Amino acid sequence: MAVITSCCVWQTGHSLQTSHLFFQTMTPDDTKPVNFTVKAPVYLQIGDTKADTAHSGVCVVDVNLPFGKPVNIEEVTFKNYYTAYVTVRLLRRNPEQEAPAKWCTALRDLPLMDNPHTERGSQDYYTIHRTQMQVEPDHVVCVRLILRQPSLAWLTFSLEDIKIFPHTEPDPEKEVSDWLSDLTLIDQHPDLEGLPDPQTVSSSIQQMWALTEVMQTNQTTASIGRFDVSETHSQPHLSCNECVHDGGDVMKFGR
Amino acid sequence: MQQGNGIELSLTIAQIIQRLRGSHLHSQIERQAKECLHQPDVKLESLKEDVRSFLKTSGWERKLQNAVYRELQLPPRHPPAPPEHLKEPLAYMRKAQASWEKRVLKSLNSMSTELGVPLAHMRPAAEQKELTNKWNEMGTDEPDLSRFRPVYAPKDFLEVLIGLRNPNHDSSEDISARSHWGLIQVPLNVRDIPHLREAYSELNLTSGQMGIDDHALIHPAVLCTHSLFCLHLSCVVVMEEDSAAAQQYSRQGCPTGLRADLWALILNATNQPQDVMHYEQLKAGVIQHNLLVDNLIYKVSYIYLTPPLLFSQVLLCFSRDTAVLEHFKYNSATPPKSYIQGEIISVIPFHGFSMYVAPLCFLYNEPSKLYNVFREMYIRYFFRLHSISSHPSGILSLCLQFERLLQTHLPQLFYHLRQIGVQPLRLAFKWMVRAFSGYLSTDQLLLLWDRILGYDSLEVVAVLAAAVFAFRAENLMEVTSLASAEAVLADLSTLKVMPLIQVFLFATAM
Repeated sequence: MAVITSCCVWQTGHSLQTSHLFFQTMTPDDTKPVNFTVKAPVYLQIGDTKADTAHSGVCVVDVNLPFGKPVNIEEVTFKNYYTAYVTVRLLRRNPEQEAPAKWCTALRDLPLMDNPHTERGSQDYYTIHRTQMQVEPDHVVCVRLILRQPSLAWLTFSLEDIKIFPHTEPDPEKEVSDWLSDLTLIDQHPDLEGLPDPQTVSSSIQQMWALTEVMQTNQTTASIGRFDVSETHSQPHLSCNECVHDGGDVMKFGR
Repeated sequence: MQQGNGIELSLTIAQIIQRLRGSHLHSQIERQAKECLHQPDVKLESLKEDVRSFLKTSGWERKLQNAVYRELQLPPRHPPAPPEHLKEPLAYMRKAQASWEKRVLKSLNSMSTELGVPLAHMRPAAEQKELTNKWNEMGTDEPDLSRFRPVYAPKDFLEVLIGLRNPNHDSSEDISARSHWGLIQVPLNVRDIPHLREAYSELNLTSGQMGIDDHALIHPAVLCTHSLFCLHLSCVVVMEEDSAAAQQYSRQGCPTGLRADLWALILNATNQPQDVMHYEQLKAGVIQHNLLVDNLIYKVSYIYLTPPLLFSQVLLCFSRDTAVLEHFKYNSATPPKSYIQGEIISVIPFHGFSMYVAPLCFLYNEPSKLYNVFREMYIRYFFRLHSISSHPSGILSLCLQFERLLQTHLPQLFYHLRQIGVQPLRLAFKWMVRAFSGYLSTDQLLLLWDRILGYDSLEVVAVLAAAVFAFRAENLMEVTSLASAEAVLADLSTLKVMPLIQVFLFATAM
């Protein structure tokens, strides 16, 4: 699932340059739902002859995922229309094994309506996330939704706008943080007595690096003359008057 | 309810952050945090903790908590659902509300045409000047209002509610058709007495209530201790400026002297400079433009004997407050708007809606404070009493709850009334649609509204309506006509609301 980071910048001035607050928010999916075909819902009837049937209050909806492309499901979303309970069953085919595909129950009798006889939840939007399922919804070939509505109050019931979103590997993410508790400091001005300004140093280092790149491509065996190989460092090193030493760290130029 | 809790929580957090970011509170806290850096005890190494504890001790964290608490009162948003669904999940209700609004607007337009008065017009300069000078005397003049009639009456609205049907509801079964004796035919979720006892446990017969247990008949020693304790507690709550605590406290009633502050705290209705400025802007709008609805407001203010001055000022400003339109994002109702030179300038109120303001005039005497409190109460509660929705505090749910409570617990009375051709809802509707304003004595009304705020729900209005029927059941059993039934229920001004509610909820035999 895509994750975005939004930040709010505080200009605090003085001893702090800037402070950033990082938030983690979960967006509605940037990933697209899987294309699939939904077979017509089958309302189970009780009774033998057509004239004698009674509604059983059970309906089965089969969702066939694209042939040959089993899906790892991230979440299933749908809009309810007067269904009281839904059971989700999955047909999974393990790609490594040669065994035939097997049905399993991912979720049994999830209540969509508080009370099957009253309105609450009857037209709500729902999301079933993979973490709510009792089995791993991976390598899924077919999803079967079993809808139940035991109340006589309603003429019909169904689910609308069914969407299945595939699982994607998450980006390395930070933790969801409380906006006030995750005050992260960056860009402090350290005490700069006696040392050159970091900004100047970094830009001059960049210039030096570019120069060395140029030199590498135009390498000759002729002696340059201005630079001496110094023995005072632990490794062979070209000494120059722009080399900055900070606490024993050695910066190397060239290869 | 339907999602993994972790995901739902982070979504809610993200949405609240989004809403608070860029708000005035946000910039204030930012500024405070910046300024606190001057302080010697705020150190770089422990910056995060130091700033945080500064904000805590200076009271800003509390203000932030209050703001978050207020945001939580608004409905949550989940990505899959479109905005109109979040306001009102049931499609047929949205449709009914839309057609009702069209009807109201049509009525207003036809009144305008009939009377030859435009919906809005700019006042000439001389009139503006006169009104500015007379702003503080407004309400003592009596303009000629005989031609103006109300846009609609409560009983028109009741007919719409009664006619509401769910297209998917099977009413062919004999059983379901006869099981509900009342007028409302929509199967909404409403709570019965066992659930209400749990939810309203603070109203238990054994808990002290403001307005009953501080009555003079109680022994002075007990009275003093109890009152002092409550007063002390409420003072602490007000000083700590804690919205959630104030709300909890209000469930047992507010002491008269502190009610104004407690309500403002619960509603987070601040009176900051920008609120006063906003009010002044609205006042300027009133002076500049005359609206047709203004005349309707003038007309109603004479019915209710409150300080008419304040009352008119507030209502006139409210009808121009387009910030209220912002609130309607959370409500599927779209109020009729009128335009002057392309600018939306008004929210058109309905007849009788001014009854919601009147009691507040007894609590607040500063116009902008009164205005803010009223606006908050309107957008949280009162608008639900005149719009069609499935919300548990909506008028439809209240009507159904009243009928169900009556049928379940006073079946003989209900049956008798039906036999003589009287539907109880037709008697109780006008009380509920005004949250009893204008029917109870003011002090009792304010005690009722304490509970609306304390429980963040209008359910207590439906419970009181049923309790009134229970109280007058004996007399009602003897009536033989609609007129005599109305006579029995005509005068509620002597009723004490809390004992009635307590007895109905906790002493009814189950």
